[in-house]
Amino acid sequence: MRRFAVITAGLAVVAMAGCSSSGSGGSSPSPSSTTKAATTGTITVFAASSLMGTFTQLGQQFDAAHPGDTVKFSFGPSSGLSTQITSGAPADVFASASPKNMTTVVTAGDAASPQDFAKNTAEIAVPPSNPGKVTSVTDLAKSSVKVALCQPQVPCGVIAGEVFKNAKITVKPVTLQPDVKSVLTQVELGNVDAGVVYVTDVMAAGAKVKAVPIPATDNASTLYPIAAISKSTHLSIAQAFVAYVLSSAGQQVLTAAGFEKP
Amino acid sequence: MPAPLLVPALVAVVFLILPLAGLLVRAPWSSLASALSGSDATQALVLSVWTSSVTTAIALIIGVPLAWVLARTTFPGQRLLRALVTLPLVLPPVVGGVALLLAFSRVGLVGRYLDSWFGLTIPFTPIAVVMAETFVAMPFLIITVEGALRSADQGFEEAAATLGASRMTVFRRVTVPLIAPSLGAGAVLCWARALGEFGATITFAGSFPGQTETMPIAVYYALENDPNAAIALSLVLLVVSVVVLVSLRDRWLRRGPVA
Repeated sequence: MRRFAVITAGLAVVAMAGCSSSGSGGSSPSPSSTTKAATTGTITVFAASSLMGTFTQLGQQFDAAHPGDTVKFSFGPSSGLSTQITSGAPADVFASASPKNMTTVVTAGDAASPQDFAKNTAEIAVPPSNPGKVTSVTDLAKSSVKVALCQPQVPCGVIAGEVFKNAKITVKPVTLQPDVKSVLTQVELGNVDAGVVYVTDVMAAGAKVKAVPIPATDNASTLYPIAAISKSTHLSIAQAFVAYVLSSAGQQVLTAAGFEKP
Repeated sequence: MPAPLLVPALVAVVFLILPLAGLLVRAPWSSLASALSGSDATQALVLSVWTSSVTTAIALIIGVPLAWVLARTTFPGQRLLRALVTLPLVLPPVVGGVALLLAFSRVGLVGRYLDSWFGLTIPFTPIAVVMAETFVAMPFLIITVEGALRSADQGFEEAAATLGASRMTVFRRVTVPLIAPSLGAGAVLCWARALGEFGATITFAGSFPGQTETMPIAVYYALENDPNAAIALSLVLLVVSVVVLVSLRDRWLRRGPVA
């Protein structure tokens, strides 16, 4: 009995070691060189879905500029990501599509002094054939037009609500999607006639969707804050990545994708 | 009891029970009523219950005859057919949702004709929820009933037939009463699986409160902005599951083989 308990305990330790090693990965040659392990390694960046294209590119550039470091990403709705972080998910950096979700993380004590690095504006995406004949934001209020929006707690859902309020229309969507990329997918698949997404999403989708601009007087925008997570085991790399996103090289990538300066 | 069996068995027990304990400990007992009284929660519960019930009714109407065909007839390709209709049991539900989308969406294989001929769009409607649930849950009823049919004593059916009963009469008056317990168990299993359906539903039917947002989807979203509501909703589903288990107690909680 006792011998077996020791074996199972041993197995558990091995299993845990196996888990944690994947987090530190990278190039540290021996486990004894602890100082080196702190400066090189793998960090995980939790980023809003709308940052998928730009951050993937920024991550590759950062990897190239920092030999030994690797940036991995977890993309999702900012609201969901902030909940994951405050529940203890192993994030090193959080890039949110809304100051509100960043505030949640800061209030929980998981991050400090976030910095705004980009701004994004809403735009209507329609399938290339425009089956709903959508030409203006007010067309979205028609009952014949099938509209996909983000969930109301997700930043892209919040911004869509602001646009409709500004345009003084009531839109009854057919579906509330978990994040902005899934709204875009519904539009690309032709399942819906229109979706409210960001300017950057329409730009990234290329010919797969068509844009219907929202007049500036009705439009709404959101700020993107970024911060290193205090509990990060690779805080220096996390801070280096944040600095890279804010640097002119980082800003260049974001601007090219249609983001505005904050 | 030998330790090499006892220790892992205890680990398994702790692993299975600990999360449920977590749910009960973290539950907002004092504010449970207010967390559940939100219109979205009630809507989701009502939607889940009626779509699961419709799903079970459909599964009984079309699934039981299929189980009979699989159990009582032989024809070329039958094994392949059985494999195909029970595939959803092992298929990831999200894949089922994608498949349904490709078949029935507005631009899908069949969906485009439904749209252009009848102006009927299935995704984003409760019909889509029922379809997703039926796709995932009906095989549970089919295999349960087929198993019961195979193990049932066919002597009664033969006796009825020699006394002049038609095949349909034999099915109605002899076969169905004979397999009634399994029929009930299969229906309950199908209903419970439909109630818990998430992947195929959110992929194919989308999510909108009162239309397509079922309980599991409501739990998933509530976790993002109102964790207490998510826990409260989870508790409701847990209670429903316990009720289902109790109703199946004769089959699952007793020892011995079941059909």
